[in-house]
Amino acid sequence: MIRFAELYAELDATTRTSEKVEALRSYFKSAPPHDAAWAVASKVIRQWASDVTGYAPWLIDECNLVAGDFSETLSLLLPPPTRACPPALHEVIEGDLQALQGQSASRQKKILLGLWDRLESRERYILHKLIGGEFRVGVSRLLVIRALAEVAGVEGAVMTHRVTGNWQPSAAWFGQIMSQQGGDIAADSLLPFPFMLANALDRPLVELGESSAWLLEWKWDGIRAQLIRRGGRASLWSRGEEMIAGTFPDLMQESQLLPEGTVVDGEILAWDERFGYPLPFSVLQKRLNRKNVELTFWPDVPLVFALFDLLEIKGEDVRTHSLSARREMLKQLPLTQSAMLRVSEEIVIGHWDEIEALIAQSCAKRVEGLMLKRLDSAYVPGRPTGAWWKLKVQPFTIDAILTAAQPGRGRRAGLLTDYTFSIPDEAGKLVTICKAYSGLTDEELTEVDRYIRRQSTERFGPVYSVPPERVYEIGFEAIAASDRHKSGIALRFPRIVRRRTDKTPAQSDTVASLRKLVDAYEGRS
Amino acid sequence: MVDSALIVRTESGLYCPQGDFYIDAWRLVERNIVSHAHADHARRGSKRYLVPHEGVAVLRKRLGAEIQVDSMAYGASMSINGVDVSFHPAGHLLGSAQVRVEYRGEVWVFTGDYKTADDSTCAPFELVRCNTFITECTFGLPLYRWRDAAEIAAEINIWWRKNIEHGRTSIILAYALGKAQRILSMLDPTLGPILLHGAVHGLTELYRSAGVKLPPAIYADPDAAKRHRGRAIVIAPPGSEGSPWIRKFHPESVAVASGWMQVRGQRRRQAVDRGFVLSDHVDWPNLLATIDATGASHVIATHGYTGPLVRYLRERGLSAEEFPTRFTGEVEDESSGEAMPSESANEHGGQAGES
Repeated sequence: MIRFAELYAELDATTRTSEKVEALRSYFKSAPPHDAAWAVASKVIRQWASDVTGYAPWLIDECNLVAGDFSETLSLLLPPPTRACPPALHEVIEGDLQALQGQSASRQKKILLGLWDRLESRERYILHKLIGGEFRVGVSRLLVIRALAEVAGVEGAVMTHRVTGNWQPSAAWFGQIMSQQGGDIAADSLLPFPFMLANALDRPLVELGESSAWLLEWKWDGIRAQLIRRGGRASLWSRGEEMIAGTFPDLMQESQLLPEGTVVDGEILAWDERFGYPLPFSVLQKRLNRKNVELTFWPDVPLVFALFDLLEIKGEDVRTHSLSARREMLKQLPLTQSAMLRVSEEIVIGHWDEIEALIAQSCAKRVEGLMLKRLDSAYVPGRPTGAWWKLKVQPFTIDAILTAAQPGRGRRAGLLTDYTFSIPDEAGKLVTICKAYSGLTDEELTEVDRYIRRQSTERFGPVYSVPPERVYEIGFEAIAASDRHKSGIALRFPRIVRRRTDKTPAQSDTVASLRKLVDAYEGRS
Repeated sequence: MVDSALIVRTESGLYCPQGDFYIDAWRLVERNIVSHAHADHARRGSKRYLVPHEGVAVLRKRLGAEIQVDSMAYGASMSINGVDVSFHPAGHLLGSAQVRVEYRGEVWVFTGDYKTADDSTCAPFELVRCNTFITECTFGLPLYRWRDAAEIAAEINIWWRKNIEHGRTSIILAYALGKAQRILSMLDPTLGPILLHGAVHGLTELYRSAGVKLPPAIYADPDAAKRHRGRAIVIAPPGSEGSPWIRKFHPESVAVASGWMQVRGQRRRQAVDRGFVLSDHVDWPNLLATIDATGASHVIATHGYTGPLVRYLRERGLSAEEFPTRFTGEVEDESSGEAMPSESANEHGGQAGES
């Protein structure tokens, strides 16, 4: 545990990638295999709170407002440990933390107090993160894989494959992935390939060169997945590398149409056959919430798996072939009998100028925008720059009034950065329309923090209210009527676009104007 | 509490009505007793200033050579309109003082900013018993518990040595007055050259003239930057972060030394390579211990987390109140980057922060 907390501190102390890899490398080299496995899969358990410090709850809350992180607040407030026998990481995770589950409150307290008394502040912080189920560290999966690959002395891609999928961290498993041969981890199993992802387009289209060098596709809002058929069996993996075959038994049945040794990449969509476009993601979400679905479930909402790439055919890995070659092979698959498996639509344009008209169709087509893929690109894990771009439709925006704020968490600890925005209802009374956290730069955040503290008229616990003076443009992805919101309107993924210094609160949007937006949006469906 | 307070809060600053003088006034006044020379306590414009002997040179450096300054020794006493006034070391920086006022047997102490931790660059904090204790509480939450300064010194030197191994200049950002000299005193000069930003260099010379023992250091002009980059440690004010001046030392590793670095979120927000938890303010345990030891029957909290501290003291049965420290407008950053960028999460706007 000490060595792991040290690793965390080292990673936390640097912003340099090379140093992060170096720290990880030295950890994987020096850590005993029991513990090393947990650095890859820090499973998380449950939340805990305690008053063992002797400080009144309100004082702990005050501290928490400043630290912005309950794990850290506790680790800083607890008295130093009295016992000098720090446990190993795997002892904590496989022993104490597992033991916490399903115990009586008093037993749980005993376990946790025991741990606190054996751990320093830095180690406790990690412990709390693990208990709270929010353990995160500023290291990408790719960095961990790079370090593991360097220690094991294998190619990054090999290591990526070894740690992809559903594994249980154990000393044996860690020993296997770190061996030269990698045991039998990936070769004959049903594991997916690491997914290739797109970057948001950050340059003018003309800089992409000739439009004929690109494949255009609609950007669907479904579940990105790989369907794998090997050795007479099949599996389905989401982009989050979760096995979702149990959720889609109907799709798994269809997978029998694929020839042996095939891996396809695509998007699972709930499909409205009458109009030829996908149903909202929330329809799919209902299914996702179930681990296992009976075949008879939900027959009236047909699924479509829109295939856009082929990664393996006849047992051969074809990821290094060009996209155009892969697409050709994809189209050769015998899918004519399948209702669900469909090769995704290709859009051909003569010139980049035509993109605008396509984007304009996005809403009607129920897509998020367009994907631009270089026809000569190989299938590479991660987000290689320049191969795949995503071009999202401009989201909705409204103008709303800043009316309250409360302290943020993490990097924004102690700064008032969680904002409440309001708009006037029919009677001219301000009602909350949304809360938004993101979109402002650090300088802007600091400025707004100062403004709120200076102007705040009332405080309710951590919430500071301010007079309705400032207007902000709020962007969001979707809008719907809602009974659960005071305004009667719910915004999906609201974020701050910018401050409208050119507008006064009297010029903000209103509940009435948003209702019209709801009608227009829903009217299209 | 006495019927009539010895120190009250006015528009112009803390005021002693019986003695007709101000303490740390922020507007033009006749007589201004200054606890220390940081910008949020020592303001221009007063007719006459009164500070400890050790504080004269620093105050002139900050406010101008032309100001009229009287001074007296720590522990000595002066009667102003029948009120006995004396200075007692606050341990905050060179020439920093607690101000003790006594009138008809009643004793009040205003701490200014203070710390009880080790610091070889100034006289150590002296405990003064009193009836009413006006204490700062910049770090008045139990989150803030300082480790030994010696441990932090070791961390800084290890960081410097590692940077030398990687061919990087070590740049440590700290307030030009006080913190910078304290850090200088902690450095191991055998590791490599120590360079000082202009704002730090001038003030450090004053420390040396006052007899404070500090390792040798060089003024960080472009020539010195060229010669020593990759090996040197540079002490610079926070305002120089991201400036073209800093780029002269490329490649560099940048650290901040401040009590605010105790909290991870604030450390990350600074977006520097390292944060050393080093403060010239008292931490929570010593704040409570000091309050107890003064024997004061009434405590007034100012500068910081006044609300939580007062509530905590009252719950322990002590009589306590707040002096809100809302200054008029922002404290100007006197070219040394002393005003903390709203990091303080201070109830009152975070304008002064730690200085």
